[in-house]
Amino acid sequence: MAKKKPEQTIRSDAELNRELLHSMLLQRRFEERCAEAYALGKIGGFCHLYIGQEAVSTGSLSVLRPDDYIITTYRDHGQALARGMNPRAVMAELFGRVDGCAHGKGGSMHMFDKSLNFLGGHGIVGAHVPLGTGVGFAIKYRGGDQVCICFMGESVVNTGAFHEALNMAGLWKLPVVYVIENNRYGMGTALERASAIHDIYERGASYNIPRAVCDGQDVFAVRAAMQECVDRARTESLPTLLEIRTYRFMGHSMSDAVSGTYRSKAELDEYMKRDPIMLLRMHMQEQGELTEDDLHKLDDAIKATVQDAWDFADASPEPPLEALFENVLVDTTSDAAAEAVAAD
Amino acid sequence: MPVITYRDALNQALREEMQRDDRVFLMGEEVAVYQGAYKVSKGLLQEFGEMRVVDTPITELGFAGVGVGAAMVGLRPIIEFMTWNFAVLALDQVLNSAAKLLYMSGGQFNVPIVFRGPNGAALQLSAQHSQSFESWLAHIPGLKVVTPGTPYDAKGLLKAAIRDDNPVCFLEGEMLYNTKGEVPEEEYVIPIGKADLKREGDDCTIVTNGKMALVAMQVADQLAKDGIHVDVVDLRTVRPMDVDAIKASVEKTNRCVVLEEGWELAGIGAQVVDYVQRECFDLLDAPVYRVHQADVPMPYAKNLERAAKPDAAKTIAAVRKVMYLE
Repeated sequence: MAKKKPEQTIRSDAELNRELLHSMLLQRRFEERCAEAYALGKIGGFCHLYIGQEAVSTGSLSVLRPDDYIITTYRDHGQALARGMNPRAVMAELFGRVDGCAHGKGGSMHMFDKSLNFLGGHGIVGAHVPLGTGVGFAIKYRGGDQVCICFMGESVVNTGAFHEALNMAGLWKLPVVYVIENNRYGMGTALERASAIHDIYERGASYNIPRAVCDGQDVFAVRAAMQECVDRARTESLPTLLEIRTYRFMGHSMSDAVSGTYRSKAELDEYMKRDPIMLLRMHMQEQGELTEDDLHKLDDAIKATVQDAWDFADASPEPPLEALFENVLVDTTSDAAAEAVAAD
Repeated sequence: MPVITYRDALNQALREEMQRDDRVFLMGEEVAVYQGAYKVSKGLLQEFGEMRVVDTPITELGFAGVGVGAAMVGLRPIIEFMTWNFAVLALDQVLNSAAKLLYMSGGQFNVPIVFRGPNGAALQLSAQHSQSFESWLAHIPGLKVVTPGTPYDAKGLLKAAIRDDNPVCFLEGEMLYNTKGEVPEEEYVIPIGKADLKREGDDCTIVTNGKMALVAMQVADQLAKDGIHVDVVDLRTVRPMDVDAIKASVEKTNRCVVLEEGWELAGIGAQVVDYVQRECFDLLDAPVYRVHQADVPMPYAKNLERAAKPDAAKTIAAVRKVMYLE
């Protein structure tokens, strides 16, 4: 059972590290502009930022194959970008425009990209975990060697859906990695005030599922832990419950103060000393892989990409009114569907 | 034409569709080794194996979600609920996942899934096991809701449901499984969303669905003895609802009774009446009456249960009322 904390890290080459830094910094700069757009009223509804957790998405998804599957929660911008979704499509979706990935039907909480096997951000806490199990079931049904990564916050572990989904994954030995992004708070309720067990990965024992825990601020630690889980799923068709300990630097959503009633400024400041982007940058600088000048160039290029996404979203039209009634159902009568299937 | 039970008609539909498409699988409680709580899946485990006929733990929310996830990536699950009463635990997956994913993803992810099982009251099962869910489910855009009342309809509509690229809620009846009817040997599929005129007459229309179609046909036969001839419009599908069939009948009869198994408030009948008052206002010779379950949780005692359920006598009384015969 992989219960030891994986302190070891994969010391990767400079090129890979640069890709990781690019991925994490893109998420950071993108979401900083999301906060700005929200304040300007360009983004509406709920908007949950990922800032502080970028090593989790980047590290996890960096070990996947293109044909693997990802399903996640409503805090989904970071993972969408880390999987390679076009920042233009993500920003346009946030702006509620026709060129968004869901043509303005989903918004912040519902990013989807079928071409990347990105199965969406889901808005009901815990409800997508059985879906992840179902994707694992489908992989096994077809005899494939893909893996499904199912991200969730730590508050999910107290839902019935989580329990039911992990029990079936353990029972049927499905190739799913359940990733708990433990950012310490379910909205404003601390883990210790919500869960009888504080080492959440131990819950895997209830379902006879291998389990592990790692540092979510260190992208190398995330990669190492995730590689082990993905290998286990791919070669042995076994699930893993992986707890990644991280911290969100922003409020639960844009309507929540960054610090206040449930956590102190001092606590936040302490965690921000372990900003995942800063840690990677410092490592790269120590290794001589990145100069100040390199960093500025990279940052400028990313800021330009984000500005381009903003401009694209801003110029994209609102969805046409006739779209209101589109995609409620697959547009076919059962007769036509029957004929289509018969023609297969 | 062979006469078979509703149960066997469903079994034939499952077997034929699993034979023709290996993406189709059946999952639920007791569907495999036990051969189905109501034996609808009898023999399927032996024919298709344990990967395609899958026993689950008692975990409705979980396995309904497993079905949705599998459907998102290209399989065609049939999720059996031992009863729709237990499916309430899974309603989040039906409502928030299956019904909404196509819309929320801007058309990227459709969910070709069938949720099926017995609906409504049987006999003396008391309040928690005796509920009709078609109006709850029919409320939700993104679903189709099918309620076959006869073996012929059950087979043809289940095959259509399995081939449909959308989520379909398929509501059967515990009291229907043993009923018999003609089912042809040759293959057929009944389009979802089409009503069926089960009896014809000029005096009054009875709009109904599901198990109540049998009651409506009994009513029609009984009334015919008194020289009253009614149309029985069996909706068969309540979402989408075949309002053209309702209108065509009411245009002919000018009178309408709606017979449904569930409760009154916000029931299927309320929707039918809303349509009839708007589209047939000038055609009506009498107000539309509704027959439904009494507005109480289902009681256990035989006499109370009988009093609570819609039945032939209550329906006949309603028809006579709209005909101003009493």
